[in-house]
Amino acid sequence: MMSTLQTAASLVYLISAICYVLGVHLMRSPKSARNGNLLSGAGMLLAVIMVTIELIVQGKITAMGWLVLIAGLVLGVLYGVIKARRVEMTAVPQLVSLFNAVGGGAAAAIGIFDYFHMPTGSSLSLVFSIPVLLDIVIGGTTFSGSLIAMGKLAGKISGKPISFPGARICNFIVIIAMVVGAVLIIGFPVTPWYLGLVLLASLIFGLLMTLPIGGADMPVVVSLLNAFTGLAVAFAGFVINNQVLIIAGALVGAAGTILTLQMAEAMHRSVANIIVGGFGAGATGKGAAASDVPVNVTETTADDIGLQLGYAHNVMIVPGYGLAAAQAQHELAELAKLLTDSGINVNYAIHPVAGRMPGHMNVLLADVNVPYDQMKQLEDANSMFEDTDVSLVIGANDVTNPLARESGNPISGMPILNVDQSKSVVVIKRSMSTGYAGVANPLFSDDKTTMFFADAKTGLQDIIAATKQYLD
Amino acid sequence: MSQQLFTNLAIFILSLLVGFEVMSKIPATLQTPMMSGANAIHGVVVVGAFVIAAEANNVALYILAFLCAFFAAVNVAGGYTLTDRMLHMFDRPKASKNDDGGDK
Repeated sequence: MMSTLQTAASLVYLISAICYVLGVHLMRSPKSARNGNLLSGAGMLLAVIMVTIELIVQGKITAMGWLVLIAGLVLGVLYGVIKARRVEMTAVPQLVSLFNAVGGGAAAAIGIFDYFHMPTGSSLSLVFSIPVLLDIVIGGTTFSGSLIAMGKLAGKISGKPISFPGARICNFIVIIAMVVGAVLIIGFPVTPWYLGLVLLASLIFGLLMTLPIGGADMPVVVSLLNAFTGLAVAFAGFVINNQVLIIAGALVGAAGTILTLQMAEAMHRSVANIIVGGFGAGATGKGAAASDVPVNVTETTADDIGLQLGYAHNVMIVPGYGLAAAQAQHELAELAKLLTDSGINVNYAIHPVAGRMPGHMNVLLADVNVPYDQMKQLEDANSMFEDTDVSLVIGANDVTNPLARESGNPISGMPILNVDQSKSVVVIKRSMSTGYAGVANPLFSDDKTTMFFADAKTGLQDIIAATKQYLD
Repeated sequence: MSQQLFTNLAIFILSLLVGFEVMSKIPATLQTPMMSGANAIHGVVVVGAFVIAAEANNVALYILAFLCAFFAAVNVAGGYTLTDRMLHMFDRPKASKNDDGGDK
């Protein structure tokens, strides 16, 4: 029979689980999204209060237990909140990746704790050993994998796919070690180093899985690791027999999987392909594609761009990561407002993976008060390019590359913005360097394209000054 | 014991199905906040940190409990704060022009 405390706890956890589900549901629409997140946060607070009451009433926890718990919580909350408040919107993807890593780490810590908590030499039931194993393997993999993903997104680790001779053999050895460790844990009495073997193998597996993946595919990987963490948390719930962990973990596992599939679809890549292949791996045509394209480009000046914009009717802005990296959203919004105020039609063509995560560019633009209805998604934008007088491409590259329509190169089949269909194209870019995919962009040498080599921020400031001369 | 496992398994699978159902067709605009929001929800692992802290009785276990509490708290507190900050930008009135500014 359940005690009153257990009954109360189960009910409260049920309520908080409902809060998460309804919260996620509300987050599907921009209007209710914020309330959805607050509802989910309220559910979280409720669960934390309940578990605190449980600990107090049970009275089992030692003074030292309280101390480490409270110290960990206080430090963690301070660190998390400060990071989340201070982060530049451009650096959001790597912060999400960090939060994901620590979530996976916490889940793995629960599995490790419960295995160590068993007396050495005792034998385990499958009901216990299998969830512990899944928890540690998935949690460990997502911990190290997310840290690598964070490094890649922040540019601290090269965004290029990193592979080395013998990588396959390494993978093989690590998987063997993991399987051996798993068999030892399931089939044999508790021995700490069995778990050490599995944990180490999982951490290395996370590294080996993420390192060969190119920067352009990183959003999909972050989302996938997010789903993994959800599952690790759910298995941690099995380990400590706590249903709120199981429900919330499974919810995130499923949600993360769906997001991953949606993102992969937007990039026209299969998830398996991304994980197994690494971006462009095996595409020997990569070098060839790059050298095929002539680099005869026409350069232009801020003054000419101002003139072009001043006499346009329809302007389409195509923002990419270069815009975000230069922190030039404010200048862009200012230029757009200048044009709109003079009766010129301005819209933004937003590729699903512009920026570093799907929807990242929308966040950046919303931050500078760009009206919601001016942000056009891929399909809507593509139907508008034919009537566009000037497409202003700012710091975007791969997502405008017409080579994606051809086969035999790393970006083949990726949905792109049909910028090349507009009447004229202006590209603001710092240099002729290639994008993340490492493919040259023939759009730049197109006859109707002019290039303005500048940092997005200073370039836009010059263009704003120039445009003012031709308006009013 | 196995009764408990089956109950948990049923909860797990049904929650997965609910997750799939609730999440389909997210507008691309909201995918980043949504990912961050889902990320915050797995911060529920903080409840687990409480549970293991109550069981800890030697140095190694105290260290594990501390790490777990710290990691989980970063995840949950940071996750909700970040998500709220992003969503705040979608619902603030268009008229107020850059009151607090996005960056310094």
